[in-house]
Amino acid sequence: MTDILVYVPDSGKHSAEVLTLARSLGDVAAVAFDDAAAAIAGEYGAAKVLRVDAAGIDDYYVDPKATVLTDLARERTPDFFLLPSTDEGKALAARVAVALDNGLLTDVSGLEADGTATQDAFAGATVVKSKATKGFTLATVKIGATEPAPAPGSPETETVAASVAEADQRVKIAERVDEPAGDRPGLAEARVVVSGGRGVGSAEDFALIERVADALGGAVGASRAATDSGYYPHKFQVGQTGTTVSPQLYLAAGISGAIQHRAGMQTSRVIVAVNKDADAPIFGMADFGVVGNLFEVLPQALEEIDKRK
Amino acid sequence: MNIVVLVKQVPDSGLARQLDAQLRVDRNGANNVMGELDEYAVEAALQLKEAHGGEVTVLTLGPGQATETVRKTLAMGADKALHIEDDAVGGSDALTTSTILAAALGRLEWDLVIAGAESTDSGMGVMPHLLAARTGAPALTGARKIDTDGASVTVEHQRANGYDVLTANLPAIVSVWDTINTPRYPSLKGIMAAKRKPVETLTLADLGVEQAGPAAAGNEVVDAAERPERTAGEIVTDDGQGGVALAGFLAAEKFI
Repeated sequence: MTDILVYVPDSGKHSAEVLTLARSLGDVAAVAFDDAAAAIAGEYGAAKVLRVDAAGIDDYYVDPKATVLTDLARERTPDFFLLPSTDEGKALAARVAVALDNGLLTDVSGLEADGTATQDAFAGATVVKSKATKGFTLATVKIGATEPAPAPGSPETETVAASVAEADQRVKIAERVDEPAGDRPGLAEARVVVSGGRGVGSAEDFALIERVADALGGAVGASRAATDSGYYPHKFQVGQTGTTVSPQLYLAAGISGAIQHRAGMQTSRVIVAVNKDADAPIFGMADFGVVGNLFEVLPQALEEIDKRK
Repeated sequence: MNIVVLVKQVPDSGLARQLDAQLRVDRNGANNVMGELDEYAVEAALQLKEAHGGEVTVLTLGPGQATETVRKTLAMGADKALHIEDDAVGGSDALTTSTILAAALGRLEWDLVIAGAESTDSGMGVMPHLLAARTGAPALTGARKIDTDGASVTVEHQRANGYDVLTANLPAIVSVWDTINTPRYPSLKGIMAAKRKPVETLTLADLGVEQAGPAAAGNEVVDAAERPERTAGEIVTDDGQGGVALAGFLAAEKFI
């Protein structure tokens, strides 16, 4: 049987995704550092939960977790070791790769049982198949690439006692600051994303984008042109240098569709565009588009949405 | 405070990019530029130098044409550069690249290494952590703010719904997002001065790195194909009923 080691950071959607992909390949042993992560591992079909108990580990950045994961990978010699492609997941995978002199694949969107990984190159313009040639298949799994499917079970739980070595106390987490996200879903995991671009024209007028997002129960995004112009906060940027989204519906308003932006949204299931420029590249990839003034089209669409609800 | 900035010349992400016959990033096009996030790393280094003194050294690994990227960083205000150039580097993976860069860092005096959060070609975003593992220095990545008192460094590590304040003693490795600053444009004076700034070129043999290229890599690319382009669906011109048509489409797709 194929052995899959999975790092489960928390109870978030990316954890469910990596667990779903992992169990399609073989027997999953999930590494959980807290109870929420252990619980989701059970809900998504892990055969075993390695519940790590390490006092104080949350006070430090990736170093002590990397040591625990390296030790587990060394002991268990899995066929695959999968982590979500979050900043933390990539950092941990990098540490494990150096420590074990193992190959490393990041942002894989698919995996086959023989270890062949699918990755997007150049913002999705090219699809690449790769394989590890050193060690096991160590890969971080692209966020949003797998549809999470629950498979509740009662995994065997093994407690792994670990301690935080002094050398792993190099980077302290002095403070965690949560910034209010409001009532809207998070950009990376939202089912619907409504984004505004340069065509929105001002910070005030982004209120219209927010109204459309709220009417559709979606998250608000922005193009780089919009965030660079100060129309909307940078953390909502969709694109090569922002967040990559893969929602069921992506509605782009006043966005021309530069490669930089397409990089962040081209794997969305349905793309809808509103732009006054009929030659905007975004129309070339839209399932439905309206060539027109977004300040006329969107308010009218909002009225119509209200009527239909 | 001596700072090393990692920069990488990449194909322009605003134009079409491709893999070459060996399934490597095609770097032979005319459209090579400094990695988009690297400019923020250079700016962060220059600002820290202006506040604390010291020297900014640019470190790059790439073919001869990467000199253009090096010159740009010197024109922005970096003091000197180390350019690792060797035909044997082509086809190296990120792990081998980190071995080469770690060897180069071993020849330089540094309190801080600053990199962009990821490159805009392969975009793995792992180099600072690979280097941390190889050099033993702490890595504080994905920063939107850096402060230092000369002995330690504090960063705000950006995440989706807030940030974490990370602290470590120097020497340390930091990577930055484009939220951290607005990079300066090279001035005419800077461009002139850059021509006189020292650029040292070294080979893998100079660094004592024996294995590189595809033979040393931990992965191989077995296949690559262009993604089929998305094709345009129904595009309508607003004749006064565009919003109604839009809502109709969303309803048909069951989003309302």
